[in-house]
Order: sequence, then C-alpha cells, then structure tokens
Amino acid sequence: MAEAIIQMRDVNKWYGKFHVLRNINLEVAPKERIVVCGPSGSGKSTLIRCLNRLEEHQQGSIIVDGTELTNDVKHVEAIRREVGMVFQHFNLFPHLTVLENLTLGPIWVLKKPKVEAEKEAMSYLERVRIPEQANKFPGQLSGGQQQRVAIARSLCMNPKVMLFDEPTSALDPEMVKEVLDVMVELAVDTGMTMICVTHEMGFARKVADRVIFMDQGEIIEENTPDAFFDNPQNERTKLFLSQILH
Amino acid sequence: MQNTIHSTPNMGLDAKIIIGLRDRFFSSIGNSILTVLSVWLLLMAIPALFDWGFTRASFYANNAQECRAAGGACWAFIGEKYRFILFGTYPFEQQWRPLVAMLLFVAMLILSTWRRLWNISLLALWTVGLATAAILMWGGIFGLTYVENSNWGGLPVTLLLATFAIALSFPIGVVLALGRRSKMPAIKSICVVYIELIRGVPLISLLFMASLMLPLFLPEGLTIDKLLRALIAMVLFAAAYVAETVRGGLQAIPKGQFEGAESLGLSYWQQMRLIILPQALKIVIPPLVGIFISMFKDTSLVVIIGIFDLTLAAKSALADANWQGFGVEAYVFISLIYFTFCFSMSRYSQALERRLSVGQKR
Repeated sequence: MAEAIIQMRDVNKWYGKFHVLRNINLEVAPKERIVVCGPSGSGKSTLIRCLNRLEEHQQGSIIVDGTELTNDVKHVEAIRREVGMVFQHFNLFPHLTVLENLTLGPIWVLKKPKVEAEKEAMSYLERVRIPEQANKFPGQLSGGQQQRVAIARSLCMNPKVMLFDEPTSALDPEMVKEVLDVMVELAVDTGMTMICVTHEMGFARKVADRVIFMDQGEIIEENTPDAFFDNPQNERTKLFLSQILH
Repeated sequence: MQNTIHSTPNMGLDAKIIIGLRDRFFSSIGNSILTVLSVWLLLMAIPALFDWGFTRASFYANNAQECRAAGGACWAFIGEKYRFILFGTYPFEQQWRPLVAMLLFVAMLILSTWRRLWNISLLALWTVGLATAAILMWGGIFGLTYVENSNWGGLPVTLLLATFAIALSFPIGVVLALGRRSKMPAIKSICVVYIELIRGVPLISLLFMASLMLPLFLPEGLTIDKLLRALIAMVLFAAAYVAETVRGGLQAIPKGQFEGAESLGLSYWQQMRLIILPQALKIVIPPLVGIFISMFKDTSLVVIIGIFDLTLAAKSALADANWQGFGVEAYVFISLIYFTFCFSMSRYSQALERRLSVGQKR
C-alpha cells in the first residue's frame, strides 16, 4: 500500500466556541478519488480548506505529501504548490485575461519562462475545451466556462492533489454537466488524486473510490460508492440520502 | 394642461427639436421656473463677465492709471508681471532655464501617461530628465551660473513640490495601508498611530513643524534645505490620506480573491502586487486622484514658511507700488494655471479608468 499522500490525525478545529471539526482521521492514498458529502454546516468545506491552510486547525496533525502543515510559511507555500483548489465561486482574477490567469502561478511560483508557461496553459485550455477564450477576460465568460478556466488554472501548477469545494453548486443546471465531464476526464485520464465536496451523487458513483459522509464536524461513514448508496449503515447517513436522492 | 404630443419618427427635425426642448426645460411648473431662473442668472453674469474681461479690458498699457481708465480688467498688469509671477526671484536673464526645465517636466509627465512606456525605460526617462532639470535649475556647471534654490520661485517650485509630493506619498501610503491591515500588532499600531496623528493636524502646522522643529532634532551642523523640509511635510501629510483611501479599496476586494491567490502558492507580496493591489487601486482611482489634485493646490500653503511658490509670487507681484489694486487679475491668472494642471489630472484619471475597465462590465 503506497504511502498516504494526505494524513489527517485527530484533527480538531473550533470557530470561537463552535466545534466545527471533531477528531477527524482520514488517510488519502495517491490517485485516490474521494467525494465528501453531508448536510450544510457539517464542516466538509472546512475540512478540505484545512488541507491547503486556507483554514487553520487547532489540534491534531495534517501531513500532505510528507510535509506537515504548521504555521511555518515555507511549509505552507510548499504544500500549496502541490495542492490545487477549485472554488465554488471560481475566484478567477478579473483584471487578467484567461491566459494570464493560467500562467500567473507557473511564472511567479514555479519560475517557468513565459513562453513555456503559455504553451502549457494553452494545452490545458484545450483539455477543458475552451482554447478560443484565451484572450478574453473572465467577466466575458459564462459560469461553466469560468469554472473550467479555474480547473485549468489549478492544473497548470501540476499539483499532486486537487481539491474541489462544491465546484458546480453555483452553476446553472445546463452548465453543470460540462464541468462534471471535465472532472470525470481528469479523474479517468490523469489519475489525479481528487477530494471533492459536492452534492452531485451521479458524479460520486461514476468516479469516486470512496464516499465520505460528514455531519456536525464528524466523519460518520465512509465506504465505496456502491456500498454507500445502496447499503448505508448509519441512521444519519440514511436520513441524508433520503433527502437528496429524490 | 396635459401635453399629449410626443416625438415620433415621422416628424420633421424642427418639430422634434421643439418637443425635445419642451420636455427637457419646460416639462413641469417647477422645471419651467428653474429654466427661467437659470437663464436670468446667465443673462446677468455672462455679459457682465465678458464686458469686464474683454470689452472694457486693457491689454496694453504703460502704467496703472491708463489701465484703470477703461474700467475693465487690466490684463496689461499680467503682461507686465507674468515673468515675476511664473519664475519668482530667479535671475531675470537666466529665466529661460526654469522655463526649459518646466517644459521638460511637463513633457516627462505627459510621456509617463503612455502605457507602452510603463517599464524600465520610464525609470531611465525620469533619471535623465530630472538630472537635466536639476542642472538647468541649479547651474554651476556647463557654463551656467549657479542659482541656489532659495532664489527659485513661481511655477517651477509649485510643479516640483507637487510632483514629488504625489510621487513619494503614493508608495508610502500603500505600504501604510497594508501595514494597518497587518496581523502583526507592532506594525499595525505604528501605522494606526501615524495615520491618526497626521490626519488630526492641518497641513500648515506640519509645514511649520517641519520648518522650525526639524532643525532642532538634527545633529549640529547638519541642515536640511528648506524646500526639502516642505516636501517632507507634504509627503508625510498626503501619505496618511492615501493610506486610508487605499485601505478602503483593499476592504472592497472579496475574500475569494485572496484565497484564489493563496491557493496558487503566491507569497504575500506576490499576492498584493499581482492580484490584490491592481484591483484595489483601480477601484479607488477617483478618491486617490482627488487627493492628488488637492495636494497640487495645497502647495500654495508653503507661503507660510516663506517658500516662493506660484501663489506667493502672485501675492508679491501685487505689492508693487506702481501697480496697485489688480488683485483680481493676478488671482484669475494663477487660478487658470492651477485649473489647467488640476483639470488635466482629472481628465487623465477618467481616461485611465476607462482604459482599465476593458473587458470588465462595471
């Protein structure tokens, strides 16, 4: 069994008095695809945001690709180079063109020369099927296109792990499919390690190696997709599934 | 009375004009009253102004009495005094030097607005340009007689103070704004104290303090040039206001932008320089340019510490015993000069805003 690329041990986090993550223990193997689901407020977004230090955990340890996540800025920056993130609201940079959005990280963080960075960026834009938008600004694109640019932007950093924080939740229904297709292709073609917080259960069934259910800060149940959806063990899991699969 | 006639495409042009005028100026009782009032005010003011400024004005006169005889504006006063107002006590025969230096300055400012020059060549341009201007103003080499800067005056002094005050206060203000938002308590406190102290006092008192108190703090024998002291005071003053304005812009940036930048692994300064500050500064261009325009006009306050800027030069020109009582002409003259510069800054900022909004609907 390969060394886990992500190890979370007894991770606890509080927002003031509110205990948002309770004793999280999670190991993610390389190339594994994990879908995290759960009701609103269960801490799933907080969980993955702790993995690239957008949130800080107060107790326990998180080790990403052999580096422990602490307050040490060098550690944090090293980890962020290996972990890419796709946000619910895209977070593209509106004052830069699509191509500039993609090449920013490679040029300034990975220190690649501009020509090489642009070539790679164009190839990723083709992978997400919007190469013709390279010189447009994000504000001129549709939501689905913007999210695909965001995915390409993270991919340009050649990360080892991709985190997705509800990537399709802010999209119109007809655009959800185009983004999910890109994510499926990513999983199938590249073998990227993916941790995805989503409500798209069809996606989970198709792509996930493991589905994790969270409620009130705890991991309640985790299983393979078929076992999870067809044979949920915990009462809370059954309740959640009955609410979303209608 | 209900007007039911509206403009339609089939009407002739004259009908459309009349209806357009009616809709704009006479669409209601209140509107009609305002229109009549405005026209009356304009009829009172403009012919009188035109009469004073052009019809009865004397453009050429040998002395004050001749000039006043016509009863209108005495532009001959300006003709007589303009060199003094513009160049102050700079030696008369050498005044071509500040003229060339000023033209050079203005040329550099105009060239700096050209976006294609926004790289290292801009630095080169200003280094060479400032060196040339310095040689022209001070002299002492290349056969030019030496003119110490206490003899400089008028518009070159105003331009110099304003340009350097604006250029230096801007980066300092940005750093202060970032410092005030810092999580490190020491840095944050220093920035807060500085900003609140400076904002609590008028520029005049800062100029006084710089002029009188600064020499007391310096070691024996070391003096700072008076012009430099005034410049320091103005830079410190403007930086506080720039800081607060930029801080407002920073607050307007959604948290997602910071997170997007962080998730790419950019360092703090890379995030600020590449992502956050470009967006924040663009948002606050209107109030920022307002601060700069105010600073340009605030240079007139150096009158208080005896520096010969454009305003003091105008004031001194009025002290001439042979040409008494032409205050209006003098101040109209310098107002036009101030207006030219300030209005240009305002127009440039609007053009800049338009150019930076390409592709982003706002």
